[in-house]
Amino acid sequence: MEANITAKKQTPSKTSFDLFQFFYKYGTIITIIALVIIFSLANPAFIQGNNIVNILRSISIVTIIAIGITISLTVDGFDLSVGSVASLSNAIVISMFVWFSQNTFVAIISAIAAALVVGILNSIMIVKMRIPDMLMTLATMFIIQGTALTYTKGATVSQNMVLPDGTMAEGLISPFFSKIGQVPWIIVIMVVVVVVVHIFLTYTKHGRYMYVIGGNKEAARLSGIPVNKYKVTAYLLSALFAAIGGIVLASRVMTSEINSGAPYLMDSVAAAFIGFSVLGAGKPNAFGTFVGAVLIGILANGLVMMSVPYYAMDIVKGTVLAFALAITYYKQK
Amino acid sequence: MTTLEMKNVSIEFPGVKALNRVDFSVKSGKTHALIGANGAGKSTLMKVLSGAYDHYTGEITLDGQSMTIRSPKSAMDSGIQIVYQEVDTALIPYLTVAENIMLMDTVHNMGKKQWVNWKSLHSRAATILSEMNLSLPTKKLVSELTLAEKQMVLIARAVSKECRFLILDEPTAPLSHTETNELFRIVQDLKNRDVGVIFISHRLPEIFEICDDITIMRNGEVVERQRISDTNQNKVVEHMLGQKLGDQFPDKFMTIGDTFLEVKGLTDKDKIKDFSMNVKAGEIVGIAGLVGAGKTEFCKALFGVEGKLVAGEVKVNGKRVNVKNPYEAVKNGLALVPEERRKEGILVNASVESNLTVVNLRHFSKDFSFLDRKKEKLVAKALINRLGIKTPSEETKVQNLSGGNQQKIAIGKWLVADADVYIFDEPTKGVDVGAKKDIFNLIVELASRGKAIIYASSELSEIMGITNRVYVLYDGRSVKELETKSTNEEELLFYSTGGR
Repeated sequence: MEANITAKKQTPSKTSFDLFQFFYKYGTIITIIALVIIFSLANPAFIQGNNIVNILRSISIVTIIAIGITISLTVDGFDLSVGSVASLSNAIVISMFVWFSQNTFVAIISAIAAALVVGILNSIMIVKMRIPDMLMTLATMFIIQGTALTYTKGATVSQNMVLPDGTMAEGLISPFFSKIGQVPWIIVIMVVVVVVVHIFLTYTKHGRYMYVIGGNKEAARLSGIPVNKYKVTAYLLSALFAAIGGIVLASRVMTSEINSGAPYLMDSVAAAFIGFSVLGAGKPNAFGTFVGAVLIGILANGLVMMSVPYYAMDIVKGTVLAFALAITYYKQK
Repeated sequence: MTTLEMKNVSIEFPGVKALNRVDFSVKSGKTHALIGANGAGKSTLMKVLSGAYDHYTGEITLDGQSMTIRSPKSAMDSGIQIVYQEVDTALIPYLTVAENIMLMDTVHNMGKKQWVNWKSLHSRAATILSEMNLSLPTKKLVSELTLAEKQMVLIARAVSKECRFLILDEPTAPLSHTETNELFRIVQDLKNRDVGVIFISHRLPEIFEICDDITIMRNGEVVERQRISDTNQNKVVEHMLGQKLGDQFPDKFMTIGDTFLEVKGLTDKDKIKDFSMNVKAGEIVGIAGLVGAGKTEFCKALFGVEGKLVAGEVKVNGKRVNVKNPYEAVKNGLALVPEERRKEGILVNASVESNLTVVNLRHFSKDFSFLDRKKEKLVAKALINRLGIKTPSEETKVQNLSGGNQQKIAIGKWLVADADVYIFDEPTKGVDVGAKKDIFNLIVELASRGKAIIYASSELSEIMGITNRVYVLYDGRSVKELETKSTNEEELLFYSTGGR
């Protein structure tokens, strides 16, 4: 009986859904090409070399953070705390230079260590207390947002800032660190992150296990895969990439603004979900996430060039996210 | 006295004739047992009667007057209520007892009223409960109730409407002895109030305890109808079985070695009690028992699922092992082919290839955990050939294959792992005849290579056909150990239904 049912389901998808299949696979890339053509016609400056570099630079941080979300999505989790973690690591890395006059190595390691603590908090609560992923990381998002604010006493941290006791901060940000956020390094870091994670997820045993867990947790467990271990790993990795995002952000702006990482959350979520469908993957994947970030970056850049006010940008980004989700979930039916 | 009759009822599902010209009748004020082996059509017949299907042919009459029952609502309006076995599917856990009992009333009888009258809701629910002599607080949340109490709430909901006939689908399977007695008291009460109760159960002793009439089904047909006082357990068993299946099973020429797996006093949190057994290398040991006897729970407890194990000792090849999760189980050479294939056995969205290699990716890993895709492909292709999996290619998604082929994959993945103990839980469920034969061949082949095999099934003919030795499970306990050679289906069913 079951055989008949599955056979039946299969046939109509062959004929009538071909067009949908095509757009599912290539829709994002076609959209990107179409946007490039439209924006170039509207304003030839769009297609010039330095604007393209500009777009790549602007999507770097989003991409790195979105890669973290992508990893959490592979185990059927969802890390909403990445924005706050980026804020926290931004604050820590700058304060290490400015307040404590530490060197680059110590500054970066402290920021990453703090992020990993958040990753451990997330994964323990999710794995041991069985709190649904999205709700736990929502709570963590608030906790860490508050922690970062408390740590900086609600102020922007920058070189030569006035400390609460009236003196000036004497620490300086090292010249080496300031290179990270500049072209070409900011783009190089993004490309390396995407390629490394893509290889990890696609070509290694561990990546396969993570997809298996995301696909069917119960079957994974009964196949003898240590499900909890991989869930913990996924949350540690997503916190790690959020921290890297925060560090790159710190280097790019050379200060630590209040909640600096928060605006990156929605863009990253959008990029990761747009990535589901790229080339018909049908699952979270690093390359797709990069393409998703490119789409968002081009939209933002092009619309600014066409004088759409910045405050209307969220309408466009939200619509793109809704569209990507619609495609993903319609497909899953 | 009213009589509910089903005449000449047939229903077909794609490829299966589930009911074939069935006649069935119940009288009010009587308890009527409906008996049959798994897949005999009992549940289908009751679903027709309660309006779950609308594509059947035949006629349903009440005292000779024809009725149209095509939807659950029309059945309820005619006074036919059903309590399904899975009580949780019909209850809303975070609402109170009263709200759950009066659910149908709130949904169908509110009319234009917009406000809920809480006082009257609770008092009406309390009245229904007290009429049943039950003392459940109406303000308690359903999520805090025991399984037996949830069942009571559903029965209360059924009698809250006009209830002339009540169908109880295997109500006693999850209940303890005292809870069962309480249920029987309520059934007796309902009978005295002139309600006709249709009682489906696999436990024969209790049927003889509370039922007046009996209808026995086999393969979608009614084979016997009589007063319960005119028959006995052995006769009922004979009718349930009918003729045996043809030559499906391969010959067993195995050399049986030393004891390989030894289980002592296995006890889990809720079902399995003090279960001891052993399997020798090259031996196929059956776990026979009806649905709900605890076969699945045993297989999972042995495999370390959910850490439900409370007590017991497991020895593999003479060495004591502590199987506290499936990861440890696999490391110790155990393999489980679970009953719920789609939910637990396979990854429906993944390719045949990655399904087959998932349990032992170490075999396919190079330095730094990089996967050897070529080797994966090679092994997958070899397995597809060896198991006769019908698939367009090794990259096809498993969801596009038939049930039998999916099951071959669920088994095939453990061949890569090269386990020593294979646990099969209802491996032929939803599998067509051809694939069944392939699966039997595969199991016998594994045994001939010296693997220890546990074969849990409620299909007694399969247990007879494929095993060397059988443990019969009844209500979580191993009630009998039998050599397959010197037993028969009648004896197995006798012990499975609680005979002793």
